[in-house]
Amino acid sequence: MQMSREELIRAYRRMFTIRAFEERVEKEFSGGNIPGFAHVYLGQEASGVGVCHDLTDEDYIGSTHRGHGHCIAKGCDVKGMMIEIFGKAGGLCGGKGGSMHIADFSKGMLGANAIVGGSPPIAVGAALTQKYRKTGKVAVAFSGDGASNQGTTFEALNMAVVLGAPAIFAFENNGYGEHTAATYSVGGGSIAERAHAFGMPAEVVDGSDFFAVRDAMGRALERGRSGEGPYALEIRCSRFLGHFIGDPQAYRTPEELAQARANDPLPRFRKGVTEAGLMDHAALDAIEKDVLREIEEAVDAAHAAPLPDIKSLERDVYVRY
Amino acid sequence: MPKKSYRQAINEALRQEMRRDPNIIVLGEDVAGGQGGSGEVGGVGGVFGVTGGLYKEFGPTRVLDTPISESAIVGAASGAAITGLRPVAEIMFVDFVGVCFDQIYNQAAKFRYMFGGKARTPMVIRTMIGAGFRGGAQHSQTLHPLFTMVPGLKVVMPSNAYDAKGLLIEAIRDDDPVIFMESKTLYDTEAEVPDEAYRIPFAEANVLREGKDLTLVAFGPMVPRTLALAETLAKDGINAEVIDPRTTSPLDEDTIIESVEKTGRLVLVDESPPRCSLAADVAAIIADKAFDALKAPIKTVTCPHTPVPFAPNLEDEYMPNPRRIEAAVRAVMKWD
Repeated sequence: MQMSREELIRAYRRMFTIRAFEERVEKEFSGGNIPGFAHVYLGQEASGVGVCHDLTDEDYIGSTHRGHGHCIAKGCDVKGMMIEIFGKAGGLCGGKGGSMHIADFSKGMLGANAIVGGSPPIAVGAALTQKYRKTGKVAVAFSGDGASNQGTTFEALNMAVVLGAPAIFAFENNGYGEHTAATYSVGGGSIAERAHAFGMPAEVVDGSDFFAVRDAMGRALERGRSGEGPYALEIRCSRFLGHFIGDPQAYRTPEELAQARANDPLPRFRKGVTEAGLMDHAALDAIEKDVLREIEEAVDAAHAAPLPDIKSLERDVYVRY
Repeated sequence: MPKKSYRQAINEALRQEMRRDPNIIVLGEDVAGGQGGSGEVGGVGGVFGVTGGLYKEFGPTRVLDTPISESAIVGAASGAAITGLRPVAEIMFVDFVGVCFDQIYNQAAKFRYMFGGKARTPMVIRTMIGAGFRGGAQHSQTLHPLFTMVPGLKVVMPSNAYDAKGLLIEAIRDDDPVIFMESKTLYDTEAEVPDEAYRIPFAEANVLREGKDLTLVAFGPMVPRTLALAETLAKDGINAEVIDPRTTSPLDEDTIIESVEKTGRLVLVDESPPRCSLAADVAAIIADKAFDALKAPIKTVTCPHTPVPFAPNLEDEYMPNPRRIEAAVRAVMKWD
C-alpha cells in the first residue's frame, strides 16, 4: 500500500521515538532513577508501529509487559510515559501503574498488561463493543510467543471466532518468553498455525520490515472493519536486550545477538525509503534530532516531577465506595 | 404486592434493566442455550433457568452464549465494560472462578487504580454459591471471602427475592465491577417483590429482626435459617437482633457495631470454612471497634475446614445448621 510522505515521516518518527525512549530508559534505569524493573522494546519497533500505523484513537489495543513501544506506536505522550516509569506525579497513570501498566484510554490504549496472556480476552471484549455498536473499529491484542502458550489466549482466539468479534491478535514472536526460547516452548513451532486452527486467517510476517507488518495489518483491518471477524499475525522479530534490563542473556550466543542487530528495523526502513527516493537522509536525520530533543525534555520532566501525593494512596480504587 | 421467587426477581431485574439501557448485554454459558443445536435456541436460560426468556426478547446480539471459557467470558466482559458497554457476565458456579480468577482480580478489579483513575469498569459477574444441593466439592462452595479481600471488587449476597432484585439493579447501574452471588438453594424462595424497578444501596445492612439480648449476623444463604432460629429462640425468652449485611464489600460496619453496643453479644453465621471467613473478619472488626461493649466472647458458626462433602448427612453437618447456631447462641448467653 502506498504511503504519503507525511505517513512515512510519522512511521519513522514513531519507530525512532521508541528506539530513543528505550535506550534512555535503559540508561536511566542503570543510573538508579527508575524503580522496580523494566522490559524494553528495542529491536521490535517495526512491529508495534506497523500494527498501529492505520489505527485511529477509536481503535483499541491491549499490550504486554513489554509495552512502551505499543504505547508510543498508539500515540501516547512520551513525557507522560517517562514520568509514569519514574513513578512520579503527572505520569499517565499518576505514578500508580509504572512501566508495566501504562494506559491512555483517550488514545485507545487499554493498558500494558503484566500478566502474560492477560490482554487477549480483554481485547475480545473491546472488539465485541465495536461489533455491537457497528463502529467499524477493531481491537488489537498484542501478545508474545510466551502468551501463545497460555490458556487464556486459546480461549480468546476461540471466543473471537465464535462471536465474530473484530479482534486482531498480534503475536510478536521475538524468540523468547522470558529466558526460554520459543523453539523450545511453542509446541508445533507455529503460532500462526495455532491461530488458524481456531478458524481465522493468520499469517507470518517479517517483524523487522515495517512495510510488511503494515501491509499484513491492512489485510487484518480490512476483515475487521468489514465485520468479517478476527485475524492473527505472527510477527517474527528479535529483542536486542534480554527479558529485562540487566539480563546478561547467557542463553543467547554472541552470533545470535549480532544477527538480531543486523536485522535492525530502523536502518532497514532508512535504506528502503532513501533508495526508493521517497525520503532523503537529511529528512530522516532531522526527525531523529527532533525526537532526541523530545526525549531529553521528557527525561528532564521526569526528574523534575514530584512524587505522588501520599493522599493519592487510597484514591481511585473504586468509582464510588 | 405480588409474590415472586428469587429466580423470578433476578430475571425481572435483568429484563427491566436491559429494556432501560441498550448498553447492557448478558453473556455466559447457556444463558440462552441451544445455539448450534438441531432444536430451539434460547429455551434453556441458564442451568437453573434464571436468564430464561431474555434471548427471546433481546436476541443474539444482547444475550450471548459463549464457549465454556470462563477467562474469555470475564475478559470479554471487562474489555466491553472499559469501552462503553455494561455487561452482565455469568460464571455458572462460583467454583469455576479458579480458571478465570486472573481476569477478575488482576484485570477488572485493578484497572481503575492501576491506570490512575481513568478506567471505568461497569460490569457484573453473576455466579451461584452454596452447599445443600448435593453438588459435591466443585459445585457447592461459597467463596465470598476470596472476592471480598480484593480491592476494586464489590461483593453482593442477596438473601431473599426482594433484595435480589433491588441489589441486582444497583449492581448493574454501579460503575465498578460487582460480584453478585446468588444462593442456589434460595432460587425457589418467595417474597413480595414490586413490579417496578427499585434499587437497594450497597453497604446498607438489613436489620431483619430487632432484639436486645444478642446480635446475630448471617451472610447470604445463611440468613433465612438464622432468622427462623431467632424466632424459635424468642419463644424461649432469647431476643436476638438479626442482621443481613447484604454486601460484604462495601460492608456496613456501623449497623453491626451499633447493634453490638446495644446487645453486648455477637454470633456470626457464615457458610464458609472458618479461616479468613467473613465471620472471622467481622469478629475482628468488632473486637477492634466495639470491645468495650462486649459482654461475651464473639462466637462464629462456620463450615469445618474441609471441602464440601457429597453424602447428604455429611453435607448437612458441613453447613451451619440450627443446632450449631443455637449452641453458639446459648454459649454467649451464659455471659453477663
